[in-house]
Amino acid sequence: MATVADATTIAAPGRSQSAASGRAGSRLRRGMRRNAAGYLFLLPWLVGFFGLTLIPTIASLYLSFTDYDLLTAPRWNSGENYAYAFFQDGRFWSALGVTFHYVVWSVPLKLIVALALAMALDRGVRGISVYRAIFYLPSLLGSSVAVAVLWRQIFGDAGVVNQLLVLVGLNGPSWITHPDYALWTLIALAVWQFGSPMIIFLAGLRQIPQDLHEAAMMDGAGPVRRFLKITLPLLAPVIFFNLVLQTIDAFKAFTPAFIVSGGNGSPIDSTLFYSLYLYIEAFANFRMGYAAALAWILLVIISAFTALAFLTSRYWVYYEDEGR
Amino acid sequence: MSTAAATSPTRQIVRHGLLIAAALVMIYPLLWLISSSLKPENLIFNNLSLIPEKLQLDNYVEGWTALRFSFTRFFINSFLIAGLAVIGNLLACSLTAFAFARLNFRFKKFWFALMLGTLMLPYHVTLVPQYILFLHLGWVNTFLPLIVPKFLAVDSFFIFLMVQFFRGIPREIDEAAIMDGCSPWRIYWRIMLPLSTPVLATAAIFSFIWTYDDFLGPLIYLNDMRDYTVPLALRAFVDATGESRFGQLFAMSTLSLIPVFFVFLAFQRLIIRGVALGALKR
Repeated sequence: MATVADATTIAAPGRSQSAASGRAGSRLRRGMRRNAAGYLFLLPWLVGFFGLTLIPTIASLYLSFTDYDLLTAPRWNSGENYAYAFFQDGRFWSALGVTFHYVVWSVPLKLIVALALAMALDRGVRGISVYRAIFYLPSLLGSSVAVAVLWRQIFGDAGVVNQLLVLVGLNGPSWITHPDYALWTLIALAVWQFGSPMIIFLAGLRQIPQDLHEAAMMDGAGPVRRFLKITLPLLAPVIFFNLVLQTIDAFKAFTPAFIVSGGNGSPIDSTLFYSLYLYIEAFANFRMGYAAALAWILLVIISAFTALAFLTSRYWVYYEDEGR
Repeated sequence: MSTAAATSPTRQIVRHGLLIAAALVMIYPLLWLISSSLKPENLIFNNLSLIPEKLQLDNYVEGWTALRFSFTRFFINSFLIAGLAVIGNLLACSLTAFAFARLNFRFKKFWFALMLGTLMLPYHVTLVPQYILFLHLGWVNTFLPLIVPKFLAVDSFFIFLMVQFFRGIPREIDEAAIMDGCSPWRIYWRIMLPLSTPVLATAAIFSFIWTYDDFLGPLIYLNDMRDYTVPLALRAFVDATGESRFGQLFAMSTLSLIPVFFVFLAFQRLIIRGVALGALKR
């Protein structure tokens, strides 16, 4: 009896072992087939990721340390591009200055207008979809060359703005060709496109429970207090989101500056956006190495801004589900 | 209701008055563009009225053929590039998104993290090396640099959008299909795509608008006027005519805005919802 029992106990693990290895084998095969399917679906992206993103990014970092004019092989110049940008290139600093000026003014103005109109449209306005469509339309059309061309004429010497100023007895300058005002016409163009942050604000405002406002009104809180104590704090995550997105976008702006300035950042580099300067260095002066260095400097600036925004956000952005 | 105060007639009138004023300011530039395109040259800058005294389409007729090639050519180029870009983005991004949302394979999380990382990368960084690559491939002065990348899913933003949508489709549906012996390809093509028309439409609309409006790409890669897209042609118009022939320039500018305007009219709800999702910046 004991031997039979032993035999079965000995046999049993053996059988289960072989079954297990068979299962493991089929699982492996199934796993491989699954991997194959996964990677087959991923193939176009992988080719694009390596060929058009990862390798070019590395190449760009390498090129940023070289002189390269497309005709002769890149020549290593050990950081000269960066030294030149920071210590010798006045245009680099003015491009940086113009871009910062543009970002610092256009983004807050755009967000303030967007929030104001989102609040004006929130709840109980008849015809909200018509207003929303009209306010959003410039955002959709605004990045086109056609609108930049239009802007150039509106703020031109004999443009609409000056014609309207004449009606109130003022003589406007030629905004587009005046170095003090040219950048402001581009800021105005950016603010005119407040539609998409407005739509995001509208979605955010809908999330704020109406009873909070009602309770506050019962307690005698006026509209200003309710705005400061209810709307702003509860909207902080949405404001934060819009701020980060719009800032990164403003850093990258290119087309309006190119068209309004005629492609060279004129007058006197007052609309020389960073992207425009990079384009000129790469594709007009064929200084590919230097352009790559400019691109990496921009990457560092944008990353630093994004990191700063996220690091400071916990001090001013209140998330409702925190600590739950 | 507590909103009674806010809906008192005078407040409503004031509110609508302000909103209408704001709306007028917003669309005034566009109306001025259209109205100027219908006026004779000498009336554009000394007549503030938006309604032209007499409707004349001369600017449109003359502007259409003012450059070495006619705008027929430029519109065909633009639609060809934008159309192929839409197809490329839909195919490549949905394949990638399906893999990330539904298939299991080794290092999936790693690749997904890298894909999200590319969302943050400004285009400037890859601009120069990509140009060098396409130059060596002999693709400069062809449409290929503007189209082929879309078939390789470089717009990670659309992948992200589609992954989010695919994850919302109940898994029971594809599990049942697997039981029935469906291959991943059939699940993707026969089940996922048909169920995902809203996100596919959103991706198609925004890829069309962005590619159609794109200026930097064509500016870098297309040097021959034969290949110009509409934005490039408008810029050439400014350069060629300098400070004259504004009527024709405005007429062509108006025409160039019409495709995007109609897309907006037709798909307003999808576009607004897409923007409200917070993902689309324009």
